[in-house]
Amino acid sequence: MTTVAKPMPQPTAVSQPYWDAAGEHRLVAPRCRSCRTLFLYPRATCPACLSTDLDWEQLSGRGRVYTFTVVRQAAHPAFTEDVPYVLAIVELDEGPRLLTNVIGCDPAEVRCDQPVEVVFDDTGEVTVPKFQPVAG
Amino acid sequence: MWPGRDRCAIVGIGATEFSRDAGRSELRLAIEASVAALTDAGIDPAAVDGIVRCDMDAVSHVALAEALGVRNLTYWGVTGPGGAAPCAQVAHAVAAVVSGEATTVLCPRSIAWASAGGLGSAMGRGAGGGAGGRGSYEELFVPYGLLAPASTYAAVARRHMHAFGTTREQLGAIALACRARANANPAAQMHERPLDLDTYLAGRPISTPLGLFDCCLVSDGACAVVVTSAERAADCAQPAVSITAVAQGSGPGIQGGMLSSVLVRDDPLTWPCRWVGEELWRRAGLGPAEVDVAQIYDCFTPTVLIQLEDYGFCAKGEGGPFAASGAIGFDGSLPINTAGGNLSEAYIHGMNHVVEGVRQLRGESTSPVPGAEVCLVTSGPPPATSAMVLTRAA
Repeated sequence: MTTVAKPMPQPTAVSQPYWDAAGEHRLVAPRCRSCRTLFLYPRATCPACLSTDLDWEQLSGRGRVYTFTVVRQAAHPAFTEDVPYVLAIVELDEGPRLLTNVIGCDPAEVRCDQPVEVVFDDTGEVTVPKFQPVAG
Repeated sequence: MWPGRDRCAIVGIGATEFSRDAGRSELRLAIEASVAALTDAGIDPAAVDGIVRCDMDAVSHVALAEALGVRNLTYWGVTGPGGAAPCAQVAHAVAAVVSGEATTVLCPRSIAWASAGGLGSAMGRGAGGGAGGRGSYEELFVPYGLLAPASTYAAVARRHMHAFGTTREQLGAIALACRARANANPAAQMHERPLDLDTYLAGRPISTPLGLFDCCLVSDGACAVVVTSAERAADCAQPAVSITAVAQGSGPGIQGGMLSSVLVRDDPLTWPCRWVGEELWRRAGLGPAEVDVAQIYDCFTPTVLIQLEDYGFCAKGEGGPFAASGAIGFDGSLPINTAGGNLSEAYIHGMNHVVEGVRQLRGESTSPVPGAEVCLVTSGPPPATSAMVLTRAA
């Protein structure tokens, strides 16, 4: 059986440190040194004040499911064997939201506001932060 | 007062047949729809001096101008992304006519995504092993398997359900309203396919909570409209339909990227439509209560749900009960998508909504709303969108 490779993140100059940190099993987000806004996704400038003076801050890796969907029909052959899988927007304890997969549980048990924590998926060329449920 | 108000009109509309495989190129489809629109208007194709296209359209303005034998193209433009284009194309046309850049502007949309294997394939998302770059931010979405637009709208719908108690049955009311109008429209791809709530609820799950019948069609086909000044419109072959107002807008907090990043807006349940709506009603000097019929962009059922709220037909969170109340049906206070919409007529990326808006005000719709004088037409929401108010010209 032929396996189709999953699309891997193609880091940009702006997002490279985010993916590098994931490779070290750290979840990070840019924080503006000027106005202190913490944000995701990584952008070249602070969305609040346009400053380019940004720092990378390590996050707790804990948050809650803001919303989710269980994909039941794959739109790409690389994901055919993954269905059903959970796409979720996780709101981190520190505030920013990101898109991720919730893994390590029955997709039918995922709920909005469910507490989750980061786990790192090293199976591809680029390590990808994912989330799993925690008792909460 | 907004300087564009009622200064321009749509004087011609054209469409090909809609199918899953047209068996001909996008250019050929665009030519057919454009010639039909110009013939409808009674305008010589050579007299077209402006073309505004959608950024995802495979047909260039020069290819179309050449095919039409245009004497002198003095204005061309492109807008989008994708489904955000149709009303914005008309906005560009109005700006061109009012400013004197052009007199006769063609706005086409030609699509052959059905025969190409669907939107995911056409967009090439996730193809070739890498995702991201070029300002797309897709490296943060695609590797997780966020590939189908259905999943983005599904996540919005899920949060709407969580926040407001919206139900699948309420989303189903949107699908059924569109299907009922398609059943009355012989040109609709779903003309002969009735849909009831049980069938809707039993639809194959695509990306929960959305199932097959929450998703638009895939289509091959083309639509085109012709915009000119109100003065010249009086000399055209058809009763003019006035562009009372048109607006584009992003609202604050515009997200980079095409679609997926709508999910990380501060409030994913309020879309650019809210700000487009405010501006549109101000420009038109009208409000939601004056709208007799609406063509609301419907790539998925929750797309309509959010717009019913954002354009002010009901309060935020009440889109579900509003849709299920019968209000959006043919006999309701706001009949929507009277040709069937993207969900049940064809997926011409919303240009079919513009064509149907004009038909309604000419009395040519296959579901004519009695006495309709004001029609809202909207285009695809994220990350910035467009909408217009059409009225029966005095």
